[in-house]
Amino acid sequence: MTAIDVAFEVNGRPVSVAVEPMRRLSDVLRDDLGLMGTKVGCEAGDCGACTVRLGGRQVESCLVPAAQADGTTIQTVEGLADAAGGPSDLQAAFLAHGAAQCGICTPGMLMAAEALLAADPRADSAAILDGIGGVLCRCTGYLKIVEAIAATRDARLAGSTARAGGAATPAAGAAVGSRIAKVDGLPRVLGTARFGADHRPEDLLAVRAVRSPHARARFEIGDLGQLRTGYPGLVDVFAAADVPGQNRYGIYPTGKDQPALADGVVRHRGEAILALVGDEATLAAIQDAELPITWEPLTPLRGIDDALAEGAPDLHEASPGNVLIRGRLAHGDLDAALAGSHVTAVVEVETTWIEHAYIEPEAGVARRVGDRIELTVSTQAPYMDRDEVALLLGIPPTDVRIIPTACGGGFGGKLDLGVHALIAIAAWRTGRPVRSVWTRPESMAASPKRHPSRISATAGADASGRLTGYRFHGDFDTGAYASWGPTVANRVPVHAMGPYGFDAVLATSRAVYTNNPPAGAFRGFGVPQASIAHEALMDDLAAQLGMDPLEFRLANALRAGSTTASGQRLEASAGLPACLEALRPHWARLRAAAAAHNATPGARTRRGVGIGAMWYGIGNTALANPSTIEMGVTGDGRVVLFCGAVDIGQGASTVLVQIAADALGVATSTVELVSGDTDRTADAGKSSASRQTFVSGNAARLAGEDLRRQILLLAEVGDDARIEVEAGRVMATDIGGRTTIVELAELANVPVHDSTAECVLAGRGTFDPQTTPLDRDGQGVPYQTYAFGAQIAEVEVDPELGTVKVRRIVAAHDVGRAINPTQVEGQIHGGIAQGLGFALMEAYVPGRTENLHDYLIPTVGDMPAIECLLIEDAEPSGPYGAKGVGEPALIPTAPAILGAIHDAVGVRITQLPASPDRVRAAILAHAAG
Amino acid sequence: MAFLQPTELSDALGALAGGGPGGSPWVVVAGATDHYPSRVGRAPIEDVLDVTAISALRGVVAVDAGWRIGALTTWTDLVESDLPPLFDGLRAAALAVGGQQIQARATVAGNVCNASPAADGTPNLLALDAVVELESSRGPRRVPIGEFVTGNRRTARAADELVTGLFVPGALPGTTVRSAFEKLGSRAYLVISIAMVAAAVEIDAESRIARARVAVGACSEVAQRLTALEAALEGLEAAGVARATADIVRAEHVADLTPIDDVRGSGAYRRDAALTLVRRALERVIA
Repeated sequence: MTAIDVAFEVNGRPVSVAVEPMRRLSDVLRDDLGLMGTKVGCEAGDCGACTVRLGGRQVESCLVPAAQADGTTIQTVEGLADAAGGPSDLQAAFLAHGAAQCGICTPGMLMAAEALLAADPRADSAAILDGIGGVLCRCTGYLKIVEAIAATRDARLAGSTARAGGAATPAAGAAVGSRIAKVDGLPRVLGTARFGADHRPEDLLAVRAVRSPHARARFEIGDLGQLRTGYPGLVDVFAAADVPGQNRYGIYPTGKDQPALADGVVRHRGEAILALVGDEATLAAIQDAELPITWEPLTPLRGIDDALAEGAPDLHEASPGNVLIRGRLAHGDLDAALAGSHVTAVVEVETTWIEHAYIEPEAGVARRVGDRIELTVSTQAPYMDRDEVALLLGIPPTDVRIIPTACGGGFGGKLDLGVHALIAIAAWRTGRPVRSVWTRPESMAASPKRHPSRISATAGADASGRLTGYRFHGDFDTGAYASWGPTVANRVPVHAMGPYGFDAVLATSRAVYTNNPPAGAFRGFGVPQASIAHEALMDDLAAQLGMDPLEFRLANALRAGSTTASGQRLEASAGLPACLEALRPHWARLRAAAAAHNATPGARTRRGVGIGAMWYGIGNTALANPSTIEMGVTGDGRVVLFCGAVDIGQGASTVLVQIAADALGVATSTVELVSGDTDRTADAGKSSASRQTFVSGNAARLAGEDLRRQILLLAEVGDDARIEVEAGRVMATDIGGRTTIVELAELANVPVHDSTAECVLAGRGTFDPQTTPLDRDGQGVPYQTYAFGAQIAEVEVDPELGTVKVRRIVAAHDVGRAINPTQVEGQIHGGIAQGLGFALMEAYVPGRTENLHDYLIPTVGDMPAIECLLIEDAEPSGPYGAKGVGEPALIPTAPAILGAIHDAVGVRITQLPASPDRVRAAILAHAAG
Repeated sequence: MAFLQPTELSDALGALAGGGPGGSPWVVVAGATDHYPSRVGRAPIEDVLDVTAISALRGVVAVDAGWRIGALTTWTDLVESDLPPLFDGLRAAALAVGGQQIQARATVAGNVCNASPAADGTPNLLALDAVVELESSRGPRRVPIGEFVTGNRRTARAADELVTGLFVPGALPGTTVRSAFEKLGSRAYLVISIAMVAAAVEIDAESRIARARVAVGACSEVAQRLTALEAALEGLEAAGVARATADIVRAEHVADLTPIDDVRGSGAYRRDAALTLVRRALERVIA
């Protein structure tokens, strides 16, 4: 297409660009005008991340042809800031209310909200929902976004020019427990945060993966000469044999089974077989049919049954019979316990693939710097990435540098390599910077999923309502490659019986290889699936015994002094009883309200109330899981936290700054943050397993305390002295008011991991949770501490259509200590949104739902009202008592919703999601007896 | 890979008559909201005729015996137009197509031309007996909507024709008319319908149903009118119908639907849900 001149006004500035007329406006804004604040999540109008205002109205810029922008007025997120470049009232409100977590949807949300408030300054709640109904968020659960918009509306109506308050600015030493704004939040609301796709160095090449359309096939790649001749812009083409190091990666050192490029055989649809390197236009122009690939499709193993069938081919030599791993926990005499039970209940559960659906698809850029490689990439696990890339390139890990970008959502999906392998190899081979940004369909086809599961479980109780025995077996479809399958298989047996005490437990699990998408890490590592079973059984047993479901759970809840089925005595911070007691009045009130509704003559809908409880071990299961964090003072008097823990939107950076600042005794506003860069920060492990607050938090606390101790020693003042760091010096004032000044210029540089840092004082903290290996019966200490929680769901079911509306969730979570209550609530809201999606609508079908209009995640209109009850049963080994909440927030939601559906209409949905057709079918079957 | 953005209808028709320079018909684009989603990650290869600069295609106007919805009318334009209750159903659909960003860009006519079985506009336009107005260098042509959409992603538009607008006839004289739209999806916003029902009912001075028009979408390749039900409703006392939809609307009335099993729901569920949605749509328009 011939380029045309397109002229329009953007953010008050006239611009003119020569572009192809059908170029997407989003690409014009980002690539031609450098307005990277506009994000691209799907290129299909499904997610709303690219929302801008055109002629005042909100539009998705990925759907606007450049030619149609001619003569228009456009506003992007960059156009919101005030004259001084500071946040607008709306942006300030987003920051203060915690409405931005990862920040990838934030520009689109802001533009939708701004368009709404401009058109309807008095927008009521319903209008706000309609106004942002076209923008998806996967982190926040939307409620804080709605709050921020409503607060801005109110302030504008009141004629207030004051910026939104709400975020705290605590004094030195008082940050823990305070609602400070995200330390990395301002660039997210301004649209200046740079995500994986926002780095475009000069002389850039792109790499395109050629992917398998078959789930299982052999293939041959023919002569590529003609392709190279036909496309002069094609700079390099490489296949499996060209991988410089070992063509194998994977999470576990002993289980690396996944090739960067398949070597003659593909094991899942979407697997990469060939890499094309060139300019973006050339790569997009090459049609699949032009590629000299001969496919020989083979019968795929479509699921667990196929894979375990007699005579099934082994997908991996190392795993005959296609069982990747088995997990087991055995405690007590189960047969006797069940046989002696007064009541027993049985359940079969089936769940399917869940897609992470972060709004930022995988993206990054690699550069070769001499004999080193640098990846600027969206990730949850920089150090694991570093080691994997080193193996692929055949170079030492220290020659790989991972620079995490702002991460537009992870949820476990960015714990595996995404774009890394091919950009690294391509940059290594060509010597030029190479970028890759996965399209949404590519992201969905190539990234790991939550494991589909098939669970059968039996539980028993005695006549007094005391739990006796629990039998559990779960099969997990781990797909073509191991990924985090072993983690799921090991974590599930520990948690399988739920947060309750049993006399005897036998819990077994298997992760099974199939030709399905690799299943890996997803918020909860298999525990959400297992919780569907144990909570259904608790409801069933309570009903058989005629006991109240909440009281039954409370009577059997693990608590301080309990011994778990792993044989671990819980010494402290086991706050499930407190959670359930906090929920008790809500339970009674909501049950009564539902009953009243259902008794209303002519009510078309039926309401119900359900409850779910959970526990979750923080950090790796019975494996080392250390974090190291450094905190330094530079010669010119800056306080820097060198923090390898990646903030993926969950707020790790903020929490760790709060903890370190209090440990040192300075205000958070004085702490600079260096985050994630493997050349500049020590290894603080991965952002997974809800571990950053507890594990890295302890490392941050120790680093701050270490630094404080050194300063006090230099200043020769007592432990209770006040520390202030300012230009060139540190002042320490003791309790009697005596001030000692340490001149930093007089100190020599001390080494920290960041060789460029020029620190003259440095504290260092390393923390590794105390665990023991589990024996063959799963006995030992798998985790140092556990999070506990319970949620109540109130739902409204339309029995004639099978639709379910979740009206309200009351969530009680024992977090040990809420370092930042706004962020804890944000995690709970977001976890509930994902739990609601898991319960009601999410189902990935390979090859069929590789977009965000067929794969449904909750919108703002699907969110219930949420009440958070934060229980702070301090963990003695936690930083200021804190544990974790990221995964725990999601786990009880689906069980509570499914229980509420049962309460409303008498049917127990055990095949997820409880989509309208399934609920309706169950109601019809129930009615038919 | 040519691109044209004419301002005159005649220029557009002339281009369409000649076919695209690449040898294939021109791909006609207005709001482009269905154009791009099917082209993710692909370089453009087709000849595009962008009709958005043709001012003659704009506007919603009352005309003799009805209304004319210009082909460039977006869903938001429709919502903001001053239209009678006859259009309540279509207006409800307008608020349910994608989010407000889509509604501001996507055209009602484009929804029809895209011919998705789940197009939210089509059952409403069927219930309104809309007529698709086409023009080509051969002259104008008017095709009832029921004949225009011929299959999944197929219409009666010839390669050289352009849809210029939709004509919606007015209600029967002496009647009060109301219309409604019932959409069923698995989430609140941004949802492709599992099933949907549009109904328009005209009630005469004696409070009897003078005419009922009911169409079901997403339950067959092309949205369908329920003609047997419509005939059964005609002449009935309206209030009585509202009280007894469960008796009046029966399974046999949706027997001709051919719903499929897909990721959104089973065929059996769709048929069952359609029955409920029809009843509710009638209750809504008659109540």
